[in-house]
Amino acid sequence: MTIDWQPLWLTVRLASATTVVLLLLGIPLAYHMAYSRSRFKPVMEALVSLPLVLPPSVLGFYLLLAFSPRNGPGAWLARWFDVHLAFSFSGLLLASVLFSLPFMVQPLQAGFAQLPRALLEASRTLGKPDRVTLVRVLLPNMKAALLTATVLSFAHTVGEFGVVMMIGGNIPGVTRVASIAIYDQVESLDFAAAHVYSAVLLALSFATLLAVYVVNRRWSGDAG
Amino acid sequence: MLAESATTVQIALAHRLGRGPAARQLELARRLDAGAFVALFGRSGAGKTTLLRILAGLTRPQHGRIVVAGQVWLDTAAGIDLPPQARSVGMVFQDYALFPNLTVRANVAYATGPNDAAWVDELLEMMHLGALQRQLPATLSGGEQQRVALARAVARRPALLLLDEPLAALDMALRLRLQDDLAALHRRLGLTTLMVSHDIGEVFRMAEEVWQLEDGGVLRAGTPAQVFLSQQVAGKLNLRAQVLALRREDVVFIVTVLVGQEIVDVIAADADAARLRPGDMVTLSAKTFGALRFDAVQAGL
Repeated sequence: MTIDWQPLWLTVRLASATTVVLLLLGIPLAYHMAYSRSRFKPVMEALVSLPLVLPPSVLGFYLLLAFSPRNGPGAWLARWFDVHLAFSFSGLLLASVLFSLPFMVQPLQAGFAQLPRALLEASRTLGKPDRVTLVRVLLPNMKAALLTATVLSFAHTVGEFGVVMMIGGNIPGVTRVASIAIYDQVESLDFAAAHVYSAVLLALSFATLLAVYVVNRRWSGDAG
Repeated sequence: MLAESATTVQIALAHRLGRGPAARQLELARRLDAGAFVALFGRSGAGKTTLLRILAGLTRPQHGRIVVAGQVWLDTAAGIDLPPQARSVGMVFQDYALFPNLTVRANVAYATGPNDAAWVDELLEMMHLGALQRQLPATLSGGEQQRVALARAVARRPALLLLDEPLAALDMALRLRLQDDLAALHRRLGLTTLMVSHDIGEVFRMAEEVWQLEDGGVLRAGTPAQVFLSQQVAGKLNLRAQVLALRREDVVFIVTVLVGQEIVDVIAADADAARLRPGDMVTLSAKTFGALRFDAVQAGL
């Protein structure tokens, strides 16, 4: 039996890219939400958490409409930048970022909230701009939250199905990630291939989560 | 005129403390001379910490004006409110707020920037931290952490040093020793210092001037002797004590009380003893006390 590793490889690429984008996006967002006293903070929190409760098909449906080259932002992108998001890897990446956003932002926000506020204030009285404080004081003292957020975002992207199905379709090498490939194989009664992909995903997911809990236990032990 | 305004701290502010029915107004207008060491004294909730936070720029008062060394830090009427980063302050927080991820040396060097190794060495030496400089704060004792916090707060030679009960969490012997370190630091650097303290002994030892905050304002200000001795010397010895136990011996009652950290047996009249229960707070007073002995207690060390 020859196994097509491409869907698994695509899954890893998508999850890695999503996690990197989410780290760049999620750290400033979580920082602002943790320290914000704005009246609109609940609105932001609700928006960020929306993918937790929304059926992936709903998000996928709206993204599909938005990405459509025939109207709205999709048409604008297609006309001016020749970017086509529907049924493409970049579209998949954008959807994954939105869909996994709460898995990055919530642990980070909790991590910021757990830090004593005096750390930020002490750094301010020592003349440091807040972004210096963020990099040199806050983030190094919330490594457990950073790790949790990173791994959860990665793992959640690996496990994504509905959104990908809606906006990515099933194009080999472009949008056919492992979860889609499994569905496809079961549909065509190729249980052997489905078994291989499923076992790899199961082992991968368990191993990453196990690593998080082991490392977190060690770090929280050190802190105490 | 110019020289004077360039060397003093002027504070005038009005700020609401707390919310709801418990809200009080903190109002005060004071000035500090350059190099002064002023203690802020008063019960908790009087606004001492809030005053420090306002000076540091961490809390914004409703109304106020703060001028330090000729620079306007805050003027609510003119819409000026410098952020903490733009104010030349050093602050020691009640729980020290050391950065857990940085070594002792890196905590101090964080304040100075990377190009001042000699000054960091000097500070560590002054605070007796040379041997500990590679350790993380979590491995230090309370007194050691306190000294790191002090070294870090003065590292930028701030125009105003703010100390929020810096020694409250330490035991007596350590506290006396740190008071000496702090006094030495103050003599050496001449930093204008405002220190919150609950400890009258500490205020006498450290401060040239004390502001007693109460009911939202400065109730008394002056030298420690002016502020404390005028109100509390009553010509007799009064000691606050807690009743621990009562027992009858022959014809008298013996009451065991706790005075400070000392346990003392006192003879009580029947009428007094009948009213007392273990746990009661009482005042022991002696009308004449000509012959009390003053045995020197070794300070520090």
